This record gives sequence, structure tokens and C-alpha cells, in this order.
Amino acid sequence: MIAIVDYKAGNLTSVQLAFRAIGRDAAVTSDPSTILAAERVVFPGVGAAGSAMRNLAAFGLSDVLKEVAARGTPFLGICLGTQILLDCSDEDGGTPTLGILPGRVPRFQPVDRWDKVPQIGWNQMRIARLHPLLDGIEDGSEFYFVHSFYPAPADPALAIGWTEYAGVTFASMLGRGNVAATQFHPEKSGRIGLRLLDNFARWAPAAAP
Amino acid sequence: MLTKRIIPCLDVINRRVTKGVKFQNNVDLGDPVEMAVRYSDGGCDELVVYDITASAERRPIDIGMVREVAEAIRIPFAVGGGIASVEDMSRVLLAGAEKISVNSLAVRDPGIIAEGSRAFGAQCIVLGMDPVASPDRARFPSGYEITTRGFRERAGLDAVEWAKRAEQLGAGEIVVNSVDADGTRAGFELTITRLIAEAVRVPVVASGGAGCPAHLRDAFNLARADAAIVAGMLHTGEYTIRQLKEALHADGVPIRMHW
Repeated sequence: MIAIVDYKAGNLTSVQLAFRAIGRDAAVTSDPSTILAAERVVFPGVGAAGSAMRNLAAFGLSDVLKEVAARGTPFLGICLGTQILLDCSDEDGGTPTLGILPGRVPRFQPVDRWDKVPQIGWNQMRIARLHPLLDGIEDGSEFYFVHSFYPAPADPALAIGWTEYAGVTFASMLGRGNVAATQFHPEKSGRIGLRLLDNFARWAPAAAP
Repeated sequence: MLTKRIIPCLDVINRRVTKGVKFQNNVDLGDPVEMAVRYSDGGCDELVVYDITASAERRPIDIGMVREVAEAIRIPFAVGGGIASVEDMSRVLLAGAEKISVNSLAVRDPGIIAEGSRAFGAQCIVLGMDPVASPDRARFPSGYEITTRGFRERAGLDAVEWAKRAEQLGAGEIVVNSVDADGTRAGFELTITRLIAEAVRVPVVASGGAGCPAHLRDAFNLARADAAIVAGMLHTGEYTIRQLKEALHADGVPIRMHW
């Protein structure tokens, strides 16, 4: 069973519907024991980092997520979920986050007035390294993004794919071991996004990070 | 590079997609779910579904339809019409839509933008606006006044001032639907679209008047819109999304060409 972590940070319907579209049963849950027992865990989210961290604490899920990541369960962060996997976010005046992957989360600072924030829409990802979740997905494929902050991993080797926006090249997909994370929304990225989710549903990572 | 979005618009009355000019003389075009699937498979980047009579009939939006669309397509879509409260917004989002578009409601009660933005995030809240050209520069310095209720009423608001206010309140995107251009297929109203795009830091969507690929090119290159809404030119079968995208791509506009 795939557990979609519900911590009241946005709408999880489209994540669940996307897994259903590829014939995978996925449960939306806030229950620590269900999440710990799941074969795979998806950690989505939209909204602000500060309230998301408070919600995780209120649901008693911060340590649960760290444990799931540490023990090798296939783990997929999406959007705000991805940002929260890093050490800290610049959002809400600086927010300490889970620290499952080393790095920080700055805000876009466009120099070009036409680079709007949030970035909304389809942008390309250049593949940085081969990864099982990208099986069958071409270099330069477009994915759907909605965000004002972006992941900046401490070690560029954590990047799985790079995307350019507002004068920066950021890690739009990153991870190590059993943890993978996308800044874009695979569940809203059409056929190519479904391929990534299907790859995740089959993924047997070698080891914990 | 971030690509420019092409967004087909489905105006729905009683679960049927219709097309009129300036909300008049509506013609039945088909089933909204089937059309959403056809356009999504055809390569559109997003969709917008308006329940156009919900608010006039004082009834809630057709949630069953929103859910069926959400189950059928795997790209983002926005829903508008018949939203009267944050609870309505929540129902639409839980049914699987990505965004809510508010228009007349936000003019009556601007606080709904802030409430929705706080509750769901700015990326969920789209402000739709229907500006009309006005010669009264004293009251409307931009030269455009906001109308509401399907162009029937004038709001007494300057279009650019209203866009800035909505951005401050927490709107994540602004759709500029020109009253003068709507349904004419003679091209977007580039002047007001550009004025709004210059005035705000959030993405701006051009709407009303699309009739050929050059109209979209001008909305992107001249008016600096981030996305464009199209309706009649697709609904009649005159263009496919692929034809539109190929023409724009050939003109050097950044466009998503593989789906």
C-alpha cells in the first residue's frame, strides 16, 4: 500500500487520483502507524513551510517521516513536501525543517521584471543523473511547477534533475538512497508525470541514505 | 525555460459546454468531461471550467462535474462560477480542481481573496476580471473600468488598481478577460493585458478574443501575458491545440511540444 501523508498542507485529491489512474491503491492518511507500515510513502503538500511544520508537529509526524526515510522505505516528496525534506526554508522568516536531505530552500529573486513569482506552468528538466524514477522519461521533458521557493541541496550531487527559472538553475528533482523528491507536480504533469509515479510504485531502492 | 500556457475554456450550462458572444446566444458544444479529455489529450497546458449560470441562479457549483473532470484528466484545471464562500472553495479543491477563479464575488467582498489565500495558498486563488474601456480617465486612470455579473454591471473600480489590490490580498494569478474583445475572435485586448502584466508580479492570463495563432503570439510577446485562454477557435474545430502550438513554436514562443 502507498501512503499519501496528509498534514493539512493542501489538497491531496489529485495525487490520489493520479495513482488510481495507473491502477495503484493509495491511501490518504495522517495516522503514524499506517505511515510506518506502508510499503511506500508519498509526502506532498502545497502552502507555506511554517504552518506545514507546525501541522507535522501537531500530528506527531516529524519523527515518523524521519524514521520512514532512515529505514529504506521508498519515499517521494512533492513540492512543499520536497522543500520540507531539506534543513531549512527561508519562508516565514526562516523555518527549520526536517533535515532528511542536506540543503536549504531560498526564494526566487528575479532580476527580470517579467519573471513572475510564483513560477506557474510547465518547465523543462535536464537530467543530472540516471535514476530509476526517470526510466522511460526523456531528458528535457516538461513538468508542471507552482512555487515561489526552490530546493538548494548542500551537495550538487544530490540533484537528479535541473531546471532554470528567474536567473537560477535549481534542483527540480533530488534525492539519495530511498528518498526522491520533486519540486514539480508529477500528479499534474500528464502522461510523463504518471510515468514517474508508476516508476515510483515499482521502485526497489538499494539502501537507506 | 518556462513555457507559455494555452488554456481552453469550457463555459458550462446544465452540464453542457456552450459558447456565446458576450454571454448571449449560447450554442451547445458538448459534454464537459469529454471535451476536457479531448483537449488534455490534445496537448493543452491547463483547463478552466466555468459554471456560468450558477451565480445568476444562486445555486452552488456543480461539484459532481468538477469531480468527473478531476478523475478524467491529469493536468491542472481551474473552476469558476457559483463560488460564494471559503467553504465552496474547499469543496471545489477537494473534488480535485487545482485553482478557484473568483470574479464578481471578489468585487463584492475583496476579503474572500485574502481568506482563500490564507486557507489554501495564493497559488489556488485566481482573480478573474472583466475590464471595459472607459473614457473617464479621472475615475479610471488606466482607461479601463471593471464590470461584474457577466459584463452586466459596472463596479466603479479602475482595472489596474483592482489588479494591484487583488495581488496584495493574495491572488496568485490574474485573468484579464476583455469585455470588448470577448467572443469577437478579433484578437486579445493587448493594452489592458499589458498594463496589468506590468502592474503585478504574479502571472497574468490573457482572455477574450483569440481567433488565430498570431493573436496568442501577440498576447505573449507584446502584452507579456504568461498564459492565454482560448475557446471558440478550438470549439468550432477551426484549430487543434497542436496546430496552435506548432505555429507559436515556429514563431519562437516557448511552448510545451511533447505530451
